[in-house]
Amino acid sequence: MSLRIVVCVKYVPDATGDRHFADDLTVDREDVDGLLSELDEYAVEQALQIAEGRRQGGDDAEVTVLTVGPEDAKDALRKALSMGADKAVHVEDDDLHGTDVIGTSLVLAKAVEKTGYDLVVCGMASTDGTMGVLPALLSERLGVPQVTLLSEVSVEDGKVTGRRDGDAATEQLEAALPAVVSVTDQSGEARYPSFKGIMAAKKKPVQSLDLDDLDIDADEVGLGGSWTKVDDAAERPARTAGTIVKDEGEGAKQLAEFLAGQKFI
Amino acid sequence: MAEVLVYVDHVDGAVRKPTLELLTLARRIGDPVAVHLGAGADSAAATLAEYGAVKVLAADAPEFADYLVVPKVDALQAAYEAVSPAAVLVPSSAEGKEIAARLALRIGAGIITDAVDLEAGDSGPVATQSVFAAAFTTRSRVTKGTPVITVKPNSAAPEAAPAAGQVEQLPVTFGEKSTGTKVVSRTPRESTGRPELTEAAIVVSGGRGVNGAENFSVIENLADALGAAVGASRAAVDAGWYPHTHQVGQTGKSVSPQLYIAAGISGAIQHRAGMQTSKTIVAVNKDEEAPIFDLVDYGVVGDLFEVLPKLTEEVKARKG
Ligand SMILES: Cc1cc2nc3c(=O)[nH]c(=O)nc-3n(C[C@H](O)[C@H](O)[C@H](O)COP(=O)(O)OP(=O)(O)OC[C@H]3O[C@@H](n4cnc5c(N)ncnc54)[C@H](O)[C@@H]3O)c2cc1C
Ligand SMILES: Cc1cc2nc3c(=O)[nH]c(=O)nc-3n(C[C@H](O)[C@H](O)[C@H](O)COP(=O)(O)OP(=O)(O)OC[C@H]3O[C@@H](n4cnc5c(N)ncnc54)[C@H](O)[C@@H]3O)c2cc1C
Repeated sequence: MSLRIVVCVKYVPDATGDRHFADDLTVDREDVDGLLSELDEYAVEQALQIAEGRRQGGDDAEVTVLTVGPEDAKDALRKALSMGADKAVHVEDDDLHGTDVIGTSLVLAKAVEKTGYDLVVCGMASTDGTMGVLPALLSERLGVPQVTLLSEVSVEDGKVTGRRDGDAATEQLEAALPAVVSVTDQSGEARYPSFKGIMAAKKKPVQSLDLDDLDIDADEVGLGGSWTKVDDAAERPARTAGTIVKDEGEGAKQLAEFLAGQKFI
Repeated sequence: MAEVLVYVDHVDGAVRKPTLELLTLARRIGDPVAVHLGAGADSAAATLAEYGAVKVLAADAPEFADYLVVPKVDALQAAYEAVSPAAVLVPSSAEGKEIAARLALRIGAGIITDAVDLEAGDSGPVATQSVFAAAFTTRSRVTKGTPVITVKPNSAAPEAAPAAGQVEQLPVTFGEKSTGTKVVSRTPRESTGRPELTEAAIVVSGGRGVNGAENFSVIENLADALGAAVGASRAAVDAGWYPHTHQVGQTGKSVSPQLYIAAGISGAIQHRAGMQTSKTIVAVNKDEEAPIFDLVDYGVVGDLFEVLPKLTEEVKARKG
């Protein structure tokens, strides 16, 4: 039996660019380059490793990358395909503009179900919304276990196991497939696409789906269907320029004066 | 007055500080009702009452420790159904956010994560979020269902406001999905004896400039003199010089202390994402062009191995 892995990847504005909001208070995607969220590269990497492990053991596996996003989100899919994923699914619909996390989880859950899955792999959080809750929502919607925030993951005998490094403890987790996992940036460096991979990606299938294909009504998603509303967004005032001194032997003393003046010591 | 559910973050009944902050914020919206899952409700109740909990709903069962997240969602949902609150507030830990999100979906409500402030509004609580690596501040509301909001540590100063805080048992029926993810083993993190990174009033962080695990004592010594927590940049963590649990930034902890001291850290956007909302920022870096200096209230251009040990001595001397 082939292990069907679906990797959810998000197309995000470059974090090192000048990110800001559009007039409708959604993320402005015009002025900043977009890319595959760096934290989702770790998800692609772990999915590829799990698939490669299966193939080495004589079993089969197939890795599908899935994104919900605008036209340009295809770039994120291409990147994941050039890393080695087998095929891609792009959910794209004008009515999706401004969807909140509850709506996004609905769309992803329907698309995952339509694609067919044994294992869903997500990143730990996106680099724009940074909520870190979508994997848990997918698990709730799909009715399958969540095995999230893993720094180590493996799949064997119809089970997924992994290590979750929490605030208070490190936990070893285990769940039966099908399941939703998310992996952290501690799970292992993601590979760079090879030249061969980039060429091969051009021939890999990218399936486009819209809301109709997923039996979702337009009013369940988008800005209008959102269960949250952003009232205003303001640029944080630049921090007032501080005092900068060059250490010529007195730097520590000067800094101590400052800290004492602020009542820290 | 309407009631507001506050999910209690605790270690065996020792209530963690962010929960007290939540109780303080909850009082702006209504009467806080604390939800305490696991052992220790009776010892937690005194603290929760002192900070304004009118009631403590308590449930203890092995499921909370033996399975991931879902049993806690079942319990919080039971509390929600028992109380019909005006809002549900949960601390913004990794687990807290997952619990909150699943609850929101179940009760047909919107969710806002990582609020840094909360006020009552005409159409429900208004949450302030600090987004895009703290370059923007947004104000948002939940427009459908009972608002579920997760709040970051250090979002408010806890204020005592004594209330009854009577403990009531919360009956919980676990759903069939609650045992889906088994916690096979758990290794508690060893205490460093220093303040918790996300809760500390002062954080001293070291980066690639510290240049080796053995040199981190320079950071630790200053931290100990100041009674501070120790942080690290990802470069220092990736190099294996300091544990990942101490990483500050986008993929580490987000901190908002009264004072943040960055030593040998350049100030990359992903690092800023985790510390830019600190009240006072200080940097020591030998490169005067380092972007961290754009953020500082006070900066010293110099070698951290010169400046930090001397500063540590100064601090000790002044503290007597
Ligand atoms: C600054 C900002 C703040 C926001 N705050 C809120 C809020 O408080 N409440 C709210 O309801 N919405 C909020 N949103 C909207 C929300 O970010 C989007 O709906 C988003 O698609 C899902 O949330 P996330 O990006 O935070 O995902 P996360 O939960 O951080 O994502 C985790 C993982 O889920 C997968 N994933 C996420 N999005 C997609 C996608 N579009 N396609 C494929 N896989 C995906 C990826 O594997 C990713 O690594 C916010 C958006 C921004 C830009
Ligand atoms: C998706 C993603 C997530 C990330 N998440 C995080 C995160 O959570 N946290 C994080 O920190 N980074 C994160 N990063 C990495 C980030 O981009 C930077 O690479 C990292 O913060 C650099 O760490 P640094 O400042 O210690 O090192 P560098 O950038 O190398 O800076 C070292 C600084 O030390 C100074 N220095 C050297 N020697 C001395 C000396 N003797 N005395 C004084 N100063 C000295 C140098 O002048 C330099 O400015 C992330 C990156 C990505 C892509």
